[in-house]
Amino acid sequence: MTATLITHARLIDPDAGSISDGALLLDGGRIAERFDTPAPEVPGAEVIDAGGAFLAPGIVDIGVKVGEPGERHKESYKTAGLAAAAGGVTTMVTRPDTTPAIDTPEVLTFIRDRAEDDSPVNVLPMAALTKGREGREMTELGFLLDAGAVAFTDCDRVVTDTKVLSRAMTYARSLGALIMAHPQEPGLSKGGAATSGKFASLRGLPSVSPMAERMGLDRDIALVEMTGVRYHADQITTARALPALERAKANGFDVTAGTSMHHLTLNEMDLADYRTFFKVKPPLRSEDDRQAVLEAVRTGLIDIIGSFHTPQDEESKRLPFEEAASGAVGLETMLPVLLRLYHSGELDLPTLFRALSLNPAKRLGLDCGRLAKGAPADLLLFDADKPFILDRFKLQSKSKNTPFDGARLQGKVIATFVAGTAVYRSA
Amino acid sequence: MRFDQRHLLGIEPLRPDEITTLLDLADQYVTLSRSREKHSSVLSGLTQINMFFENSTRTQSSFEIAGKRLGADVMNMAMQASSIKKGETLIDTALTLNAMHPDLLVVRHPHSGAVDLLAQKVNCAVINAGDGRHEHPTQALLDALTIRRAKGRLHRLNIAICGDIAHSRVARSNILLLHKMENRIRLVGPATLMPPGMDAFGVEIYDDMREGLADADVVMMLRLQKERMDGGFIPSEREYYHRWGLDAEKLSVAKPDAIVMHPGPMNRGVEIDGTLADDINRSVIQEQVEMGVAVRMAAMDLLARNLRARPTELSA
Repeated sequence: MTATLITHARLIDPDAGSISDGALLLDGGRIAERFDTPAPEVPGAEVIDAGGAFLAPGIVDIGVKVGEPGERHKESYKTAGLAAAAGGVTTMVTRPDTTPAIDTPEVLTFIRDRAEDDSPVNVLPMAALTKGREGREMTELGFLLDAGAVAFTDCDRVVTDTKVLSRAMTYARSLGALIMAHPQEPGLSKGGAATSGKFASLRGLPSVSPMAERMGLDRDIALVEMTGVRYHADQITTARALPALERAKANGFDVTAGTSMHHLTLNEMDLADYRTFFKVKPPLRSEDDRQAVLEAVRTGLIDIIGSFHTPQDEESKRLPFEEAASGAVGLETMLPVLLRLYHSGELDLPTLFRALSLNPAKRLGLDCGRLAKGAPADLLLFDADKPFILDRFKLQSKSKNTPFDGARLQGKVIATFVAGTAVYRSA
Repeated sequence: MRFDQRHLLGIEPLRPDEITTLLDLADQYVTLSRSREKHSSVLSGLTQINMFFENSTRTQSSFEIAGKRLGADVMNMAMQASSIKKGETLIDTALTLNAMHPDLLVVRHPHSGAVDLLAQKVNCAVINAGDGRHEHPTQALLDALTIRRAKGRLHRLNIAICGDIAHSRVARSNILLLHKMENRIRLVGPATLMPPGMDAFGVEIYDDMREGLADADVVMMLRLQKERMDGGFIPSEREYYHRWGLDAEKLSVAKPDAIVMHPGPMNRGVEIDGTLADDINRSVIQEQVEMGVAVRMAAMDLLARNLRARPTELSA
């Protein structure tokens, strides 16, 4: 493999919190050298003139759903991988809420093989925390860790039995494993299709109090204090949950939190006349919540932003709101959608890539997510300004359930590199 | 006189003048319905299909009579019994029906927003006969007509809506309508049956019946929706009756000429005292049923006029 030299780039360095002109030399799958302008001649290297475009560490997206096994008609490793590459996602950290759940080393090995054959980007699988995600017995955490699971989660199902969860956490701590949980009090949130408040009341939708998220987080943090496990809350979406998170971090617990692209850019009013493509889990929140969560991303209280890519076929969305499936695809749309926050002056690019690339990599113990010499050459080159109107039928995903169909967006990926090789180049 | 709607999906999209137009026309249909010859031919040649995905005797008969009095060809489809059981989706049902070229489709569905969804997929005029806990526009219109005829006006009245607000589409449509017509609205009921965020609707909220009913012109009772109770909203029916059930004593704080309304069917001895419900000096519950037919005739007449004003759509 020949070396690649990317010149005249604007380097986004989330580690240093800076943007500077520079060039990167990619060789042997890694960043061989980082230059300040002007870059020297490197004999034999393929030169890509970025022409002033941004070069950032590739996105590490925690919480991607791929439909294998069980729902390949919704998304396969191939289509998810293509969508990821087109969206600048260089590592997909996949969810185990498949059919059947990824809860044995055999299933995990199967999907790792599938991913290796088909996906142009890195795939790191998570495994279920309990067998069948039923919240009764822990899975073979040790075997699964050996087979390559990077974290354990029952996804949107909450382990309600605290005894089961505390034992699984204790066992996970002894292995040094990371647990990802969905903070929610399931009794309170049962049946809820929207966030309680004026909007849900007007639309007559069964609703869930935002307090359910804080109660779930409070419980989990108490269990973290008890067991000492490494804990990541998948999505924090409400203002009320933030003080609890802040206290947990101040107390020195090994706690991190994520949020989703949708909760940072949409609010409950977007549901409008029962638009089911806006039905996500947890449901979209109030504008006050959105702003509080965005502020928490700015300060670093919320560490990670993910797409929570959830492919759903048309049939499961063309139903009355309460019956329709939750979730939206996001691998390919995440960058331009989040760039709305950059264009509106609400979020700067180093902070954005700290949450998209650096922090998720750090949390999983990966050495990517940085633009340092020696780091893996997982990169994304993008034009932050290029305007376009999103057409959902042009997405790479097999499923087209995006709430941003027809949206005016700015920002296009020019090229995505995984281990120094371009896996995507814009036409 | 204007009425610019293609469908009647809720009170929310209606303008106050459209509401007045509809009620004025309904007044004429009250007269027609009270005469010996009750027949008109304004819907002659049109097909009306009543599609009820939820059990209903009263509303469905009311729509059926309204359609027949106006000369429409009326057909009832009991949807719980048919295709739903076979796994057909709502949209497929709608498309199947659409191919039969109905002109008026009256729909009731247990899920909020389901009637809106259906209306997007068909060519005919759709009337929402109740969707989940969202809206029930003809009920609010018939209540408005009853109030207007009893009180001589539909503005600047003190109106108390009492009981299970949370599960009630009737309450939502009534709040929207009475608010548009500039009335003072109080919601009275247990906190567990009060939906969150209601203070943002420009209404006053009371837990206590005597406070909520003070100086009321209209007392609107709601059915305690036992079939919707997942359990545990109220301690018992008898405690509910004691604190929120309407009886002569609680009504005594309202204005002396206050009228008592109920959308039916009533749970006597739960939300309302049986004797009070039958008191012809206070209760207008029977008038509400009568107004229901007239309002539905008016709604279908106005929608049919708009339907006839549009060019025929050739593609199904």
